[in-house]
Amino acid sequence: MTSILFIVFVPLVAAIVAGFANKSFGATLPKAITTGGLFLASALSWPIFIGFLTGANEATVTPVLHFIHSGTFDVSWALRVDALTAVMLVVITSVSALVHLYSWGYMAEDPDQSRFFAYLSLFTFAMLMLVTADNLIQMFFGWEGVGLASYLLIGFWFRKPSANAAAIKAFVVNRVGDLGFMLGIFGTYLVFNTVSIPAILAAAPSMAGSTIGFLWFRADTMTVLCLLLFVGAMGKSAQLGLHTWLPDAMEGPTPVSALIHAATMVTAGVFMVCRLSPMFQTSPTAMGFVTFIGAATCLFAATVGTTQTDIKRVIAYSTCSQLGYMFFAAGVGAYGAAMFHLFTHAFFKALLFLGAGSVIHAMHHEQDMRYYGGLRKAIPITFWGMLLGTLAITGVGIYGVGGFAGYHSKDAIIEVAWAAGSPAASMVGVFAALLTSFYSWRLMFLTFWGEPRWAASEHIQHALHDAHGGAHDHAHDAHHDHAHDAHGHEAHAAEHGSAHAHGHDDAHHPDPAGEDAGHAPAVESRGFNEIPKGTGGYHPHESPVAMLIPLIVLSIGAVASGFVFHHWFIDPETAGGFWKGALYFNEHLMHEMHQVPLLVQLAATIVMLSGLLIAYLTYIRSPEAPAKFADTFQPLYQFLLRKWYFDELYHFLFVRPAFAIGRLLWHRGDEGTIDRFGPNGSAWVVQVGSRVAGRLQTGYVYTYAFVMLIGLTAAITWAIAG
Amino acid sequence: MSFPILSLMLAIPAAAAVACLFLSASAARWTALAATLANLALGVVLWLSYDVGGAQWQFVEYAPLFGRFGWALGIDGYALLLIVLSVFLMPICIGASWQAIEKRVPEYMSAFLFTEVLMIGTFAAQDLFLFYIFFEAGLIPMFLIIGIWGGANRIYASYKFFLYTLLGSLLMFIAMLYMSITAATTSIPALMNYDFPPQVQTWLWLAFFASFAVKMPMWPVHTWLPDAHVQAPTAGSVILAGVLLKLGGYGFLRFSLPMFPEASAQLVWLVFGLSAVAVIYTSLVALVQSDMKKLIAYSSVAHMAIVTIGLFAFNAQGIEGAMMVMLGHGLVSGALFLCVGVIYDRLHTREISRYGGLAINMPRYALLFLLFTMASIGLPGTSNFVGEILSLMGTYQVSTTVALLCTTGIILGAAYMLYLYRRVVFGEIKSEEVAAMSDLSPRELWLLAPIAAAVLWMGVYPESFLAPMRKDTQILLARIDRARPAGDSLPTTGTGIVPAAHAETHAQGSAH
Repeated sequence: MTSILFIVFVPLVAAIVAGFANKSFGATLPKAITTGGLFLASALSWPIFIGFLTGANEATVTPVLHFIHSGTFDVSWALRVDALTAVMLVVITSVSALVHLYSWGYMAEDPDQSRFFAYLSLFTFAMLMLVTADNLIQMFFGWEGVGLASYLLIGFWFRKPSANAAAIKAFVVNRVGDLGFMLGIFGTYLVFNTVSIPAILAAAPSMAGSTIGFLWFRADTMTVLCLLLFVGAMGKSAQLGLHTWLPDAMEGPTPVSALIHAATMVTAGVFMVCRLSPMFQTSPTAMGFVTFIGAATCLFAATVGTTQTDIKRVIAYSTCSQLGYMFFAAGVGAYGAAMFHLFTHAFFKALLFLGAGSVIHAMHHEQDMRYYGGLRKAIPITFWGMLLGTLAITGVGIYGVGGFAGYHSKDAIIEVAWAAGSPAASMVGVFAALLTSFYSWRLMFLTFWGEPRWAASEHIQHALHDAHGGAHDHAHDAHHDHAHDAHGHEAHAAEHGSAHAHGHDDAHHPDPAGEDAGHAPAVESRGFNEIPKGTGGYHPHESPVAMLIPLIVLSIGAVASGFVFHHWFIDPETAGGFWKGALYFNEHLMHEMHQVPLLVQLAATIVMLSGLLIAYLTYIRSPEAPAKFADTFQPLYQFLLRKWYFDELYHFLFVRPAFAIGRLLWHRGDEGTIDRFGPNGSAWVVQVGSRVAGRLQTGYVYTYAFVMLIGLTAAITWAIAG
Repeated sequence: MSFPILSLMLAIPAAAAVACLFLSASAARWTALAATLANLALGVVLWLSYDVGGAQWQFVEYAPLFGRFGWALGIDGYALLLIVLSVFLMPICIGASWQAIEKRVPEYMSAFLFTEVLMIGTFAAQDLFLFYIFFEAGLIPMFLIIGIWGGANRIYASYKFFLYTLLGSLLMFIAMLYMSITAATTSIPALMNYDFPPQVQTWLWLAFFASFAVKMPMWPVHTWLPDAHVQAPTAGSVILAGVLLKLGGYGFLRFSLPMFPEASAQLVWLVFGLSAVAVIYTSLVALVQSDMKKLIAYSSVAHMAIVTIGLFAFNAQGIEGAMMVMLGHGLVSGALFLCVGVIYDRLHTREISRYGGLAINMPRYALLFLLFTMASIGLPGTSNFVGEILSLMGTYQVSTTVALLCTTGIILGAAYMLYLYRRVVFGEIKSEEVAAMSDLSPRELWLLAPIAAAVLWMGVYPESFLAPMRKDTQILLARIDRARPAGDSLPTTGTGIVPAAHAETHAQGSAH
């Protein structure tokens, strides 16, 4: 299968060309090369996927180059393609190609466009290396490569302090996960004497029941290995505890959020667990932990999502929550269902993000939903796209007939969790589905329904001001706009009271208390309905065609991907033939899924309707209700608004102590102890001794040379004498 | 006996060093550049003609001087790679000093060329005392470079360096005398196969350790390094970090492990303990530095700790990983010091807070600095990743606890390097002075680009570097295997039965 070489390496070549393209080439050439490369990769990926759907393709491994060989440790660069990889290939290349296209419109006025497109393509390359990995080291290469691209893209607007802080935070928090991943790789090599994935998976079942020493205790071998590897997955997929970087990552341009922080990179953890599923199957303890973390994240993120006012942050928490669903599906052994949700989620979440980007574009980079309202008629295509995305994520469908993407994939997870004997996880999933429906419709109602509340937005006022000055038309210089953001950050944030501007944690300032005014977020609980109504004379425009085409294409995916593909991903009779062992597929469990009580099968639909109803009642019928609720339950509201205080806690536990201990070790350790009693102390002795001898001027170099000379004389004497 | 290429590699810079003293500043620059480039060419020839998998010692030369004292040279794979690293960095150092050094240029160039002679000599020496001369004398030009061409506080820095080195050297010398008398030979290859009684080994090991630990440097004898780096001129820092810090690691590899295997195994706890402390301690200290050079100096201590744990892991991954970290760190930290030098030459300050927003007016610089920052963090695809993962993997097989503690370095390393990069390169342009800074000149680009290429080469296809040392590692492991520590993992054989917690679902699943 040589086409895989093109799929993987064309984005790399495109990234290099675009990255090195001199500014004198203009931005069009790099944009065309990267976008063309990705559409080519996508066009080559679909036939591979279809080949697996029809059963024509078998798993292949294409060797590329020798990599590391040390002792019995021997790994090569190689591209593995099986059903699991094929699913990821189409997701990655298709979404990436569409995001590239979308960025033609979204980034049109940015002076650094070629750099942006180079990063996007570089990311795609790294992600493809990750999913085609045949050994854990190459997977780790892709894993870190996507981390690098994510860091660069979150910090793309590098003049903004908040973007830089978010970029570092994303990288460092991911590294905490990578610590686990690396130790997992070391342990795996120690136990299996190889890091080749097929070899490990073949040997894993026979290692069940063995024990191994780790730190100061002994434990079940496979449990230790799986948990260590899963820590890596938790970091990359933003699971509870290591999730704090994901909402901040929204500082990056919106196409990045769609590609990296929704459809592809953050699902790498799910992919890893599925890829290693025969290994996880040998440890019920590890599986239980995966289920627990998945369910907890699913619930946590959904609760936070209900209170955020920044449109991208709502979708980010939604992503976090949906990743939780995927993990608990994997945790109960339904890897096919996890991959199915990953697949459908990629389409509808990318759609929601790109739709949000289109809204932001129309609203002149205003991201606070409280300043939206009534946009339904102003930007109709965006509205319809986001509506379909919302129908997909909330899982609208008719029992026994079919429905939007989420109806097939999310409901399957709730049912299979029940069937696998984890009713608690199943119920958590149902409750999170209620919240999902609520926050998704809240987003829709705040944005597209009601009266316009645009006049009060600073961004809109700037736009109007600029237009009035005649310097710019609506087509505003995006870069200028962002530079402005950085300048007027403080004032702007204070006036808006927008949680997002200050919610981030400036993780690495030496004096956190000094710069990090943002640490106690200046959150103002002003309800959306208290914001003055009116358009202020502003006319939002629908986005350009380059941005609308991806929305339309992804809408098709959001509508149909569940209905069309469940046959291959989860149906017990047919899915086993599709996966062909690429992941552990439990036919029995998938049969059981259809035997769960009717109420469980209907639960997701019932809560979906309830969430819609609650959102309708509170955001359309009685718009004063949310503010009243927030006032009445102020502690709860604050707890959710401030994201369960994770950032504050981590800041207090890790960031501040790291800097304080660093300073302590430097001044009290190096200077106060080692130097004082070491060289400085002995220097004093030497000085006194030298003064007595009256030979201070000789200098240390000469003293040193003198000592050496004595030594040499001794040696030579001995050598001659001997 | 074949062509004496090693002697020639010593003779060329030595002759040029003497010649420089009698030349004008400009002529001295060109002479030094020509000599180092000639040595680089010879280094390439050496590498290409090295017979991978052939005899352990190649390019052997021997000429008796007097008594048992002989001119004995010869290299194995480890020495080959370190010599190649030295001759690769040398022309870059000369280029970095082209404009930055204005006073006493001939003497400066002469000092650098002598450093090259002594470094190559250290790696090529096969006689115990010849090694000692090269090893210790190598520091004299370094003293001079710091003491004459250094910064404001150069005298303090150089005497601190001296004080640390003195004690270790004396102890090592005494140990060497004892060894040569007891074993009745000064030949290093012979000593590498000589078995000292275990209790004697311990004392000898400690004596060598005193010298090598300072050179590494290991915690807590590391405090000379930040001062030396801060005061040294850019090229001095490059050669200090790039090659001189590798002398300690090379010493452990050449002496401590093969000559005292029992003592090495017995004192693994000491090396592991000091290294684990070093990784965490110096990384945290690096986090709070406001001086760029100090920050990178502290990061060097943390990286060198990864070398020492790998060396004493007693397995192929650990030892080869340690060598790869040495090579990778030589390139990357050298390049990072060059990056600091580039902006120091423009603004004449190492204070991080004076910079900001360089990505705007120095995009090419920002890109290369990013590459070396990422390499320092150990991103896969760069040189340091290969070394770090092998070294830590080797360590895990001996002690999971130490492996865990040292792997935290990947988190802390990312924190301090990205924090540095953010403050210097990102953000708005800090001041008008910063705005006036120009992007890399062609000369500076030519200094950094070859290192960048080497860093990526080592990261993507490390086989070129692993192959020459594979046989040497096997020989070394065969020698020290008898003392290998057991490790704390000790997995038992599996039963194949999944523990029965809630394993109700897998029974009937279609196994993959």
